[in-house]
Amino acid sequence: MSELSASSFAPIEAHQQTQVISRPSLSYWQDAWIRLKANKRALVSLYIVIGLLLFTIAGPLVWQVDPAIQDIEQISQPPGTDRGATIVPDYEPWFGTQGLPGSGLRLAEPANSQTVRMQWDALPGANGHRVYRNLFPVGSELAYGIPLAEFLNNDTLYFEDRLDLQPGRFYYSVVALDARGQITDQYQSLTVDLERVTTLQEALERGLIDTADNIQIGDEIELAWHPLGTDYLGRDLLARLMAGARVSLFIGIGAPFLFVLFGVVYGSAAGFMGGRADQLMMRFADFVVALPFLLFMILFKIAFGIGPGESGVFPMLVAMVVLLWPATARLVRGQILQIREQGYISASQLLGANTSYLIMRHMIPNTLGVVLVTVTFAIPSAIFTEAFLSFIGMGVAPPTPSWGSMSNEGIKTMLTTPHELFFPALFISFTVLAFNLLGDGLRDALDARMRNVE
Amino acid sequence: MLSYVLKRLAQGILTVWFIATATFFAMHNVPGDPLTNDRAMTDITRANLEAKYGLDQPITTQYLIFLRNLSRGDFGISFVQENREVNDIIREHFPVSAMLGVLAVIFAATGGVLFGALTALYRNRFPDYLIMFLVIMGISVPSFVVAALSQLSLVTFNNLIGFTVLPVAGWGTILHMLVPALVLGLSTMAYLTRLMRSSMLEVTSSDYVRTAKSKGVPATRIFTRHQLRNAILPVVTVLGPAIAAITTGGFVVELVFAIPGLGRYFVEAVQQLDYTVIMGTTVFYGAFLVFMVIIVDVVYGLIDPRVRLET
Amino acid sequence: MSDTGSVVIEADQGFTHSAGIQLAKFAGIAIAGLAAFIYLLWIIAGEAGSTTSGNAIDVENNSITIALREEPPQLDANRATDASSLVVLAHVMEGLLGYDIDAQLVPGVAERYEIRADGATFWLREDSFWSDGVPVTAKDFVFSWKRVVDPETASQYAFILYPIKNAEAINSGELPVETLGVRAVSDRVLEVDFERPTPYFDKLVAYLTYFPVREDFFNSTEGRYGADADMLLYNGAYLLTEWVHGSTMRWVKNPSYWNRENKGFLDEIRTAYITQDINAKLNLFKDGQIVDTHLLSPMLPTAMEQRWPIDRSMDGSVFYLEFNHRDDRITRNKNFRRALQLAQDSNELVYKVLKEPSYLPGVSLFPAWLSGVSESFQKEYPPVRHQMNVEKAREHLELARQELGLDEFPPLMMLAGDTPISLLSAEYYQQLFRKNLGLEFRIDVQIFKQRLEKMRQGEFDIVLSGWGPDYNDVLTYGDLFSSWNLQNRGRYDSPEMDSWIRIAQSELDPQKRMDAFGEIQRLLYEDVVILPMYERGFSFVVDSRLQNFRRRSVGPEVDYNYAYIDSSSD
Repeated sequence: MSELSASSFAPIEAHQQTQVISRPSLSYWQDAWIRLKANKRALVSLYIVIGLLLFTIAGPLVWQVDPAIQDIEQISQPPGTDRGATIVPDYEPWFGTQGLPGSGLRLAEPANSQTVRMQWDALPGANGHRVYRNLFPVGSELAYGIPLAEFLNNDTLYFEDRLDLQPGRFYYSVVALDARGQITDQYQSLTVDLERVTTLQEALERGLIDTADNIQIGDEIELAWHPLGTDYLGRDLLARLMAGARVSLFIGIGAPFLFVLFGVVYGSAAGFMGGRADQLMMRFADFVVALPFLLFMILFKIAFGIGPGESGVFPMLVAMVVLLWPATARLVRGQILQIREQGYISASQLLGANTSYLIMRHMIPNTLGVVLVTVTFAIPSAIFTEAFLSFIGMGVAPPTPSWGSMSNEGIKTMLTTPHELFFPALFISFTVLAFNLLGDGLRDALDARMRNVE
Repeated sequence: MLSYVLKRLAQGILTVWFIATATFFAMHNVPGDPLTNDRAMTDITRANLEAKYGLDQPITTQYLIFLRNLSRGDFGISFVQENREVNDIIREHFPVSAMLGVLAVIFAATGGVLFGALTALYRNRFPDYLIMFLVIMGISVPSFVVAALSQLSLVTFNNLIGFTVLPVAGWGTILHMLVPALVLGLSTMAYLTRLMRSSMLEVTSSDYVRTAKSKGVPATRIFTRHQLRNAILPVVTVLGPAIAAITTGGFVVELVFAIPGLGRYFVEAVQQLDYTVIMGTTVFYGAFLVFMVIIVDVVYGLIDPRVRLET
Repeated sequence: MSDTGSVVIEADQGFTHSAGIQLAKFAGIAIAGLAAFIYLLWIIAGEAGSTTSGNAIDVENNSITIALREEPPQLDANRATDASSLVVLAHVMEGLLGYDIDAQLVPGVAERYEIRADGATFWLREDSFWSDGVPVTAKDFVFSWKRVVDPETASQYAFILYPIKNAEAINSGELPVETLGVRAVSDRVLEVDFERPTPYFDKLVAYLTYFPVREDFFNSTEGRYGADADMLLYNGAYLLTEWVHGSTMRWVKNPSYWNRENKGFLDEIRTAYITQDINAKLNLFKDGQIVDTHLLSPMLPTAMEQRWPIDRSMDGSVFYLEFNHRDDRITRNKNFRRALQLAQDSNELVYKVLKEPSYLPGVSLFPAWLSGVSESFQKEYPPVRHQMNVEKAREHLELARQELGLDEFPPLMMLAGDTPISLLSAEYYQQLFRKNLGLEFRIDVQIFKQRLEKMRQGEFDIVLSGWGPDYNDVLTYGDLFSSWNLQNRGRYDSPEMDSWIRIAQSELDPQKRMDAFGEIQRLLYEDVVILPMYERGFSFVVDSRLQNFRRRSVGPEVDYNYAYIDSSSD
């Protein structure tokens, strides 16, 4: 038994400094911001997003090339191709050169990217000829290549090739035809090397030279520079990517942001209210989901009465928002249903919290994890929905580019000119990656349960 | 429970009716009609055709006729595939899309749950990074690229082996289904992985897991009993519409792999303004979707005891 | 203070390890379940549906496998309008006349025929049978043709029978069907009366709308004629024995076909794939699943690398920019159209932009493969040699501006289809006219039906349009721009053009007739009715073991009627 004295019961004096708060009290958002900054990956992705926005907005001011200009001489050129071109006279039609020296299949003049002119002597027993062109030597399999022209009698013994003449080496063949117009084994071959050329007039028109005074036939000039190459109509890829960024980012970010926002509001309202209201709202959501997307896209396009040639971005945005919010709403509602039953909600209610406080302060922050994942997935989905719509003619009107439609076009020539697919796809991937990491970081930062962790 | 299901079913029918009505009027407001064709026709020919198909009636009359036929389950005859009833088209082609879709969903769900759980488990370590990288690739690349590339790889693969291991296109055997289903389910798999991961992470840090561990419950049981089960909830929620979306959205895959599925018919019907097929497939899909959602909601209620379906 | 939240997250070896095992078990179960499910599906799938995989060439069974672009909506020859139906019907049915391997008109069901100013007579052979053994008679043609013009049938190709007396009136509902100018004098003799002289009638009857239909069989199908394989009778080189909608078809050699010596050498042709995706077709070909495919220009380097024998053929169709000549449109002004004409050159479009080796730059509405009197039409009547001249174009534009009383030109509408080539051409022209003339065109991309509807309503300034031949005569193009032709959606209206077309329709002297077409061609250029873009062709590749495969300009786009397998040339 301890000693108890009257002094034990004397009141204690107030102490100074018994307990100090070691660091300032943080609100939810301040805490979140700190954690976000600490997350390296999220920071990097934030910079990427800012970079993309700069690219979109400030890019065209730096690289002032019109994305619509078609450099027909440089169609589908990968970046870094040699741009030198020799000046030649303007094109004149040709109908064979009389008295051309030599025999057999031969060139009438040096070959260049403007035209390849060749003549031959009638092959023995031939009842006409066919001209072929190949990228590879003919060889023993008699793989002549692409048929370019056919002559069903021996009157015409010359041919001018102007089809897609890329600088490089071609193997031309002239094959004899039999009496019924079918090819035989008889042929002659010619190896031709082409160089790139252009005319004075074209050089002037494209602004490659200022005046024609000092330039003569035979001089070398440089064609326009395209740092990322050109597309299937000779348009500068970099300029198009910048223009496409506007469309893709506007729709790709704008639409998901809007429909997720709407979905969150709708879904949390439904989940919170419960009962008949909930049922009704969810049934309406089901109804929207089951509507045929394609049909209603067409309808929106018409309903908004966009004139032809207006880019049609806005109707597409509206259509996507109106048609795509239910998934988010359903998700959020599910989460709300779960959260609603948690203890701290009842506690808050007992303390007198009203509905909007509960929603804003407790429920929404707790659903953010799932919502953010949805947003980061909605973004590439929106970009590709737009590409698919462009593909079937319901997207942005040409010549307005978007990354999605550029990828679409690029697929067609995936094997021959991969750069047309590579760059837009790269930008899409970058965007997607950035938003994913950002979403991750945001989720970690904003998730209330992660507070004071790490 | 039973009353709940019945109530939902009744609501579902109402929803389907709304869908049918909205689509009907939307469809008739798009310029053009199924009879518009390349070779222009004389007025009387057009008048006859319109009368034959009942297109000359005022729109409300057409709507009522449509409703009456709908109640009998008769969707009429396709405009484009003349002589084929829409019911037949659906009956013959939907199972194809369904098989493809179900297989795709199974791939997606299995893969998604598996990979998602893995990433949560090995968080911030190598498996996590690898899987997340693949996920990003999976969602960055559009479906037609994946489909085209995979078909190309199949051809190369077959050439390498020397004989046709997996068919490049077409439909008929299970082998025809594997690659297209995989391609179809890929993006959903990526999405589910992400969802699963985020869900797992939340659950992992929750109180009841901590409690269980401190109670000494063996780790394995924590995992299956608590973590997995709770983390799956959002996945289940999404699965319903995902099934419907995959089954209906397989257009690209069906096109590239020459699969006679309903998705292709539907998109082509929209392009051709084939009224009867559009209405038939829309109502059918709508009903299917509504049904799936009801199932999912019921399952949800079964899995999570905290959720009370009736308020 | 311990990190309570991360207790489970931290690398707790024991937990991770056991959870990993758990996961592995789960994975194992999942995979096993999946495999079982797949196996179950295999069993189910094996019983339902037909196998579609097959080899391109089956030497033992003398059969080949091909792919179709799309499923024929139906196989009713009187009403068919699409290319796929034509392909199928060209193999399983035959009309009075047909085409041989070199695309020359030859006797079909009719052994010989005579065309006069007021009509024609066809003498049918005795050994042409339907697939149920009944001979093909003249009555079958009478029934079929009457059906075509009957307004109740609502055939969209009824117009091709209009040269027959009263056909047009019947089709417009003015006369009863019985008054059609055709009758079966006997089982073997068919007499036709003309509305006006039609020297090219033989070319017309080769077209599938004129194919025979047997009345009693037709009645027995109760409205489902042409809907399924057993809802048709066949008299061609092949029989359609199996038709699984959306999936496969099987054509089998017709043992009772009269021309077995020259047509129908394969025992079986299977159409196992139906797809529009050209890449899928290419992959199928590479994989040895189908016997031929056509190639687009991005695929050509691959084709060359693989050493495939590449061939080409003209598809027969011509594509052009069509103007809207209605009164409320700027394009009604001739100087404006002339300006556009001088500002462009179809050579650049085809050679530099479209880059298809099988395409020919458009020079005229009449394509290069059409025959004139004795040689090709373009040779006998050379089209105007067009030279691009931007300065003159600008002058004409200025004239147009003054004539129209405008301060400047408003944006104009260019209606395009949704095919890649159409879009490509539209984008090219948009920029070209902007660069050379400072005009702004807005491209309106529409899917097929909407584009047609807009054309019909006249909601366009320029439309990218085209036309394919129905029969092998210049008239199939020649009458396009008559003021009464419904296809003339730009509503071009010129009395001079109309008079030339009337001459071309009924002139009996072949030289005078061709002269009329020559005038039409000249007028088309001078009046700038259209701007020709290109004549379409296809580069294609065929398995080297298959001989005598043909692609046609007129008729079915692919023709296997003369094909046979020669396994030695592998």
